[in-house]
Amino acid sequence: MAAYIAKRLVGLLPTLLLVGFLVFMLVHLLPGDPARLAAGQDATPETVELVRKDLGLDKPLPQQFLRFVTGVLHWDFGTSLRTKRPVAIEVGSRFMPTLWLTIWSMAWSVIFGMAIGIVSAVWRNRWPDRLGMTLAVSGISFPAFALGMVLMQIFAVDLNWLPTVGDDTWRHYILPSITLGAAVAAIMARFTRSSFVDILGEDFIRTARAKGLDERRVVIKHGLRNALIPVVTMMGLQFGFLLGGSIVVEKVFNWPGLGRLLVDAVDMRDYPVIQALVLLFSLEFILINLLVDVLYGLINPTIRYR
Amino acid sequence: MATLPAAVSPLLNDPRVRTPWSEFWRKFKRQKVALVAAAFVVLLVVVALAAPWIVPYDAENYFDYDALNARPSPAHWFGVDALGRDIFSRILMGARISLAAGFLSVAVGAIVGTLLGLLAGYHEGWWDRVIMRICDVLFAFPGILLAIAIVAILGGGMLNVIAAVAIFSVPTFARLVRGNTLVLKHLTYIEAARSLGASARTIVFRHIFPGTISAVVVYFSLRIGTSIITAASLSFLGLGAQPPTPEWGAMLDAARSDMLTAPHEAIFPALAIFLTVLSFNLLGDGLRDALDPKIERR
Repeated sequence: MAAYIAKRLVGLLPTLLLVGFLVFMLVHLLPGDPARLAAGQDATPETVELVRKDLGLDKPLPQQFLRFVTGVLHWDFGTSLRTKRPVAIEVGSRFMPTLWLTIWSMAWSVIFGMAIGIVSAVWRNRWPDRLGMTLAVSGISFPAFALGMVLMQIFAVDLNWLPTVGDDTWRHYILPSITLGAAVAAIMARFTRSSFVDILGEDFIRTARAKGLDERRVVIKHGLRNALIPVVTMMGLQFGFLLGGSIVVEKVFNWPGLGRLLVDAVDMRDYPVIQALVLLFSLEFILINLLVDVLYGLINPTIRYR
Repeated sequence: MATLPAAVSPLLNDPRVRTPWSEFWRKFKRQKVALVAAAFVVLLVVVALAAPWIVPYDAENYFDYDALNARPSPAHWFGVDALGRDIFSRILMGARISLAAGFLSVAVGAIVGTLLGLLAGYHEGWWDRVIMRICDVLFAFPGILLAIAIVAILGGGMLNVIAAVAIFSVPTFARLVRGNTLVLKHLTYIEAARSLGASARTIVFRHIFPGTISAVVVYFSLRIGTSIITAASLSFLGLGAQPPTPEWGAMLDAARSDMLTAPHEAIFPALAIFLTVLSFNLLGDGLRDALDPKIERR
């Protein structure tokens, strides 16, 4: 198992480096001079030259890239152009609210998505299936920001059951995580259903039924374990969707996370912050996918030793 | 043509010859929901094309200062927004923007992705490694993030959003087509074509490409829904269409401050996005069920 994880980690290195290179090139792909951008529009030519030297922008590109990578490895992403504070500090305080939001969304959307998918597969083409799949296709068609606004209006404003914005207590997490998780729950439901329908048609399920097992045992013991394998892979991919979706949901609920920081940074053209955030989001996604792959190896022994 | 055996000729004279098209139609028309969705998509396209001539008011430059935030009425079917503009007119004009954004971005993504996928799948080796590595890197940016990064470089505005969403769709199509190509190229009919001396280009475009079309069509329809939501999300974040453009996501963003007093300003753009995306998704589901031979046994 350890060898498998090590192999996967080494396999990630080229992707990580390329992602890092793209993020590094972000500043150089922009129209205009990066040194002037960092110094500000009103800076004198002397100041611009000083900034250029200070940031190492006068060096050749490969050397600059090396400097960038070294900095990132030391958790140094430069200084925010807007607040003049180190980017690492700006980002640090925003990291946990976003991580918790995505984890909560994932947790409940996996539970509800799989439950709906299993119910739909077992009662295929009957009313529970139709209801479940109608909900699911609506879930993937309703944009998160609109859902967030509707939920906030109903449960926070009209009924006054839950708080509107912020992240102070667990009750603050309910509406944003439902908003963020709805689409993923819908995708999980559709995917679980089709995976389960495939499995329920297999010979070993017929055998289990033929030997007189009751239907509940057939579904849970023989069906669920096998249907879970593709569903776990799907989970990893969906985490990317959640991380990206959190950017939108954070704006709706005024959430103090990375997403809102990113939108503000793009608005203000604060490139060091944009670079750090794009890198961080991708890194998180890549690591979560690795975790899912390891999990996949654990539940499906045939894949482990390839 | 040589004389045919007597048993074959009645089959040839039968007008109901089973072509791929008739087979597709036979299966597709059984799916009532997808048919309704297809009709709705056609209606949307017609409305989007005709919008400038059928809107009751100018979507950007007509201001009714006596009816700010007014609720729906016979004069303004969907009500009036905070600046006095007619929401119904803005929704109709917005259909143009959202459909164009969804269709153009997915079309560019599908064309580039399909070409890359055919190239990678057919040649394998070096081409394959480079193209798939690029796809891996593009996939490493979660969801909408890649589009935001591209907008950060190119700047805001609807055209840049379309470019960003197109790049975002390329790897999906490349992977899909590559997978199909890898399967198809080992089939006997491809070997036959090669032994007849067909060039690589002929084999790829005449013999392999048609085999990937059905999968591409299904993805195309499902992807349009995703792309419309992505484009609307970028506008909602203030990174896409700029005011006064009547883009649905931007309209929702503008409606946020008046949610309490004028919820209709949010409800109609939200419904417009939902119904549009829903119809593309239902159409995509129907296409998949009609085109995928594996579905039959379910």
